[in-house]
Amino acid sequence: MPLLEINGLTQRFGGLQALADFSIDIDEHDLVGLIGPNGAGKTTVFNLVSGFYRPTSGSIRFAGTPTLGLKPHRVTALGMARTFQNIRLWHDLTVLDNIRLAGYCSLGYSFLDAVLRTKRYKDAEQSIRTKSLEILEMMELGEFAQEYPKNLPYGLQRRVELARALATKPKLLLLDEPAAGLNSVDVDDLIRHIRWIYDEFRISIWMIEHQMKVVMSLCQHLMVVDFGRTIAKGTPLEIQSNPVVINAYLGDDVL
Amino acid sequence: MQPRTSDFTSSLSSIAQSAQRRTLNFVFLLAALALILAVHYDFLDDYIMTILMLMGINIIFAASLNLVNGYMGEFSCGHAGFMCVGAYVGSIVSLGFFTGRFFGASFFPPEFAPFLFPVVLLAATLVSAVFGLIVALPSFHTRDDYLAIITIAANFIIISIVVNIDAIGGSRGLQGMKRTMNAMRQVLDIPWMLVWVVICTVLCITVLYRLMTSTYGKGISAVCQNEVAAEIMGVNTNRVKTMAFMVSSGLAGLAGALYAHVYGYINATNFDILKSTEGLVMVYLGGMGSLSGVILAAIGFTLLVEMLRFILPAMNDFLHAFSLLPADYSLNQVWKWVIIPLILILLMQFRPEGFLGNKELTHVFPRLKRWIYFK
Repeated sequence: MPLLEINGLTQRFGGLQALADFSIDIDEHDLVGLIGPNGAGKTTVFNLVSGFYRPTSGSIRFAGTPTLGLKPHRVTALGMARTFQNIRLWHDLTVLDNIRLAGYCSLGYSFLDAVLRTKRYKDAEQSIRTKSLEILEMMELGEFAQEYPKNLPYGLQRRVELARALATKPKLLLLDEPAAGLNSVDVDDLIRHIRWIYDEFRISIWMIEHQMKVVMSLCQHLMVVDFGRTIAKGTPLEIQSNPVVINAYLGDDVL
Repeated sequence: MQPRTSDFTSSLSSIAQSAQRRTLNFVFLLAALALILAVHYDFLDDYIMTILMLMGINIIFAASLNLVNGYMGEFSCGHAGFMCVGAYVGSIVSLGFFTGRFFGASFFPPEFAPFLFPVVLLAATLVSAVFGLIVALPSFHTRDDYLAIITIAANFIIISIVVNIDAIGGSRGLQGMKRTMNAMRQVLDIPWMLVWVVICTVLCITVLYRLMTSTYGKGISAVCQNEVAAEIMGVNTNRVKTMAFMVSSGLAGLAGALYAHVYGYINATNFDILKSTEGLVMVYLGGMGSLSGVILAAIGFTLLVEMLRFILPAMNDFLHAFSLLPADYSLNQVWKWVIIPLILILLMQFRPEGFLGNKELTHVFPRLKRWIYFK
């Protein structure tokens, strides 16, 4: 059974058809790319899957559970984490606190535990702290634990966001244009980190990305959308030479 | 990468730190004891004592408002409404327990007063916390200006309801809470009210400090700084908001119950929009999202308001001496409400983030970290 199963997902905003009849199966330990020109509906797919929008029609099953109508934090608790196209970190909390907060859904203590500093509180905080520091070390961010994200360079902010998503212990990681705004050195780092996460945690990754270098070197399958419609599916090599895709990106005149 | 040896030194320094913090707690305890003894042996007169108690109440009031307006970044303008609820609930329970009012005969003999007063405070806190839901529920869908309007409305609604219930005094107000105080003094002659205010203030600060240093409480900051990210990282934003509003209004209710028993008389109009504004002034003076800043601001604000009682007449005499004022006009205490908003305007002009911003005292004076630790 696939980890994520999307069938006939359709989203209309008023008269605009943002997404039409979108279907995909993502298996466990799979690395899938979603590409398409600007405004094609890629981020809409992620917003639907993570629970921010309710689709007009269609169904989503994640890890065997239908997630339609679930609030985003519930979807996260099921094991799905995501990053954003524009970085959304908590800029006035330290990097360590950013990572710590990712453990919120598996916190396991209540308000009274926090106020009375019970043993349950201390154990939970200790384990969250240890795990967060571990993740920071693994993502080569250890030295920035006490920094504020707003003071970090853009590439590192992206990496902190990736680390934060990873700290929720996801089964599926959604990356929305992880390479946007990065220079070529940062992009190489990013590819290395994503590959490492993929191999080390054996999770599934689904990413939206424009930079062909990232997509071609990481993804096993690609899916292309344009104007809300799925226009091609296949391996990166197949997609690269698919005339429909070239058409969508470059226009009619090229062929 | 840090060298291994630093583990050892850091653990050493953390032991030293906890020892110093323990001495600090001990110092606080001694200070509190000294204060109570000083009052008991008449080193402090009633006036100074009242100001100290007012300071404590203001600290609770402002620090609880800071949870919503500072840490969570919402704009609640009706905080005094919850103080009103707390004041009335506390008074009703207190009067019901120890006088014949409300329940026919008094429930308990006066000797029980010192032991049952915490029940009075707890009842006020819990009922006010429930009233906090009034604001928490609309906050799921609204933010900023709209929520501010809703909170002002809540403030007015609460006051109007109280004024229109004749059984609790209506517009005449409610009195008789001093009797509870006197009952406590019969058991043991110490300044009970000061003791309760000190205990509650320390309790309130501890609760807020522990909440905001826990991952659970940091969810509040997460909601403030990026609600979308909070939701996607597994923070149940609606529950966090409910929790923050309930803790905040519950503590405001505690401040209200203390206020009622310090003065022995309450009137719904004591808790109108002006009182809410005082809370806002204290929060913005100290710095939004700074616990130490708000405590300092509450102390400073209380002192300032009291000093104006003397400064205004003195200024009146001074200005008249030089004929700078018309002879038939005198500066009265109403000018307090010119000066306090003026402070707010100047603050917004020159230091909009407040004295400490969202930093704690330990960030501004790092050497304090040996004694207190905030974040």
